[in-house]
Amino acid sequence: MTGERLNDVSGDVSGDVSSDVSDVSGEVSTAGATVAGDRVEPEAPVGAAVPRDEPGGQVDTKPRNNRAWFLVLPVVVSVAFTAVIPLMTVVNFSVQDIFSPTDRIFVGLDWFRAVTRDPEVHAAFVRTLLFSAQVLLLEIPLGVAIAVAMPRRGLGVPVALVLVALPLLIPWNVVGTIWQIFARGDIGLGGWTVNNVLGVNFNYTLDSTDAWITVLIMDVWHWTPLVALLAYAGLRSIPEPYFQAAQIDAASGWATFRHIQLPRLRGVLTIAILLRFMDSFMIYTEPFVVTGGGPGNATSFLSILLSKIAVGQFDLGPAGAFSLLYFLTVQIVSYVFFTVLTRTGR
Amino acid sequence: MTLILDGVRVRQRGETWLEDIDLELPNGMTTLIGPLAAGKTTLMRVAAGLLPPTSGRVVVNGRDVTSISVRKRSVAFVYQQFINYPSLSVYENIASPLRLDPSFPRREIDRRVHEIAEIMGIGDLLDRRPEELSGGQQQRTAIARALARPVDVLLLDEPLANLDYKLREQLRADLKDMFGGSAGVVLYSTADPAEALGFAAPTVVLGEGRIQHVGDVAEMYDRPPTLAVAATLSDPPLNLLPGLAHDGRIDCLGVSFPVPGERPPAGRVVLGVRPHQVTIERTGPGDLEFPAEIRLAEVTGSATFLHLLLPGSRHLVAQLEGTRLFTPGEPATAYVDPGRVLIFDEAGVSLPARPAAEADLHG
Repeated sequence: MTGERLNDVSGDVSGDVSSDVSDVSGEVSTAGATVAGDRVEPEAPVGAAVPRDEPGGQVDTKPRNNRAWFLVLPVVVSVAFTAVIPLMTVVNFSVQDIFSPTDRIFVGLDWFRAVTRDPEVHAAFVRTLLFSAQVLLLEIPLGVAIAVAMPRRGLGVPVALVLVALPLLIPWNVVGTIWQIFARGDIGLGGWTVNNVLGVNFNYTLDSTDAWITVLIMDVWHWTPLVALLAYAGLRSIPEPYFQAAQIDAASGWATFRHIQLPRLRGVLTIAILLRFMDSFMIYTEPFVVTGGGPGNATSFLSILLSKIAVGQFDLGPAGAFSLLYFLTVQIVSYVFFTVLTRTGR
Repeated sequence: MTLILDGVRVRQRGETWLEDIDLELPNGMTTLIGPLAAGKTTLMRVAAGLLPPTSGRVVVNGRDVTSISVRKRSVAFVYQQFINYPSLSVYENIASPLRLDPSFPRREIDRRVHEIAEIMGIGDLLDRRPEELSGGQQQRTAIARALARPVDVLLLDEPLANLDYKLREQLRADLKDMFGGSAGVVLYSTADPAEALGFAAPTVVLGEGRIQHVGDVAEMYDRPPTLAVAATLSDPPLNLLPGLAHDGRIDCLGVSFPVPGERPPAGRVVLGVRPHQVTIERTGPGDLEFPAEIRLAEVTGSATFLHLLLPGSRHLVAQLEGTRLFTPGEPATAYVDPGRVLIFDEAGVSLPARPAAEADLHG
């Protein structure tokens, strides 16, 4: 999902700079492969290292056969072409000032310094972080609530599943277009209702708060179903006797949720929080379509600022440095999330 | 205290799960035994109030509780799976039914939790979470949870089935002691004949959704009234051989023997032979002799299960004592004492001319 989304972004950005965005997606999958590889076979880190030397000396008497490394080769090659090499291009951009294809100078870490000191980047960073936090605070409880309310058996199950999954099936830029129209005060159903029925002056093209709320609600509408479906799958895996036991104890609905359903949801909620954090922290398409980052820069998230620098201004050096820092931030925050979420409750 | 199931019938999705269940369970323990899919769990769920019967009544202490929600009834249920609240400690798990029962005095809770945990042998595990316990400890916790609160009806649905052999033996002995002085109705379901015989409690045999027989379990093992009861209470499975009764004799696979006692009506019969009653050495002058071929020998250590092929492609399993070695394909002779053969008519009803009781119960 993450990869798909990023590819979609790179498609929008277009041009040869798009490589820096697709790097991110490539590298994310590399990281995934490493983790998975470590778990299955701790002795052979897949994709992490090219098999340079013999793993372990011939100290023990166990017969060793290193041909298994050849099985890893396809992954190494494909990851190299889809992630490592494009990423290196970005690294290359990030340490040079490029005037033309033939005229460039090495500037060291100057672009990194410039990006980390740029107040515009700071503002976008805070904005994106705030947006992700709000997305998680709204979508996780709401998704779990929907999952709990969904029917457990009967004809209602497929109906509820289809209804809930519907927003997930709509392409990102179409979601943006839908909401761009829906939230308009003159012809949009939502915007018109707010203005004329509720009597609140609402205009997302002029008012920063209105624009923010529009983008936030759009994201909640689009992505809460993912949380709901994950949570629903988690709930379905709870054996029926647990609920019967709670019934026999005459436990209240809340107690049943708190002591049976919620503990059993920890695993899927970890995944949901990670996915929703990464995705919302990298949000691009929907706000780009609806607000274009405006009004002013009220909804100018990191990705929108990045594409402005990379594509709009064609500043490849700062954009390269920006991309690498962006990518590292997502990785680090996700890692911290994952560690914290899997350690708590132990 | 009594639990009465009166004409209970359960139909689900066009299938009959229970039919004509009339049962009166007295105070103390009753064993419910039946093969897989006999309807044991359904019967227990009806008794608990988790599943409303399609028709019929559930009466506890003379009060019709059929339409009363399980939340308002005084029941406890132990499942085959180890069901505990995953986020609560063992202590809180045992205390939760007490806390939710408004009639249980608050001050007593702590004392009661410690008491029941000591009895169940989990007194030193009270701070742990269920996931940090072994399967046996988890089930002990679940049983402690069910026993903590005094209830009218305690239902245990194959509580030991998912435990390994050693734990099962140990926990079974503990349970037997515990239910001896129980103040409520205890219904214990199992598919394991050894468990039912070990508890030696009044036993209900359930098969295909119907009550097959109710009575003393040793008596039923000894003189099974029907083939279904005999099969349910036999482990390893009962050997079945076809026979023909005529003139006070029975012909079976080329062997003919006189029926001891009353003469059965002429016609087809089914002979039931428990594996431990088959030998390969002659034990008495009247033994039936079957020529056989050795197919397979399973050695468990204390016993050897010898699979034999009789004439007419009939299979016969002999349970022999100790470790014995056999070569598949070699001929052998199977001996059966005719006095110990169970004889059923074609409908599976034991023929009245039953031989005398056998001495050993725990084959």
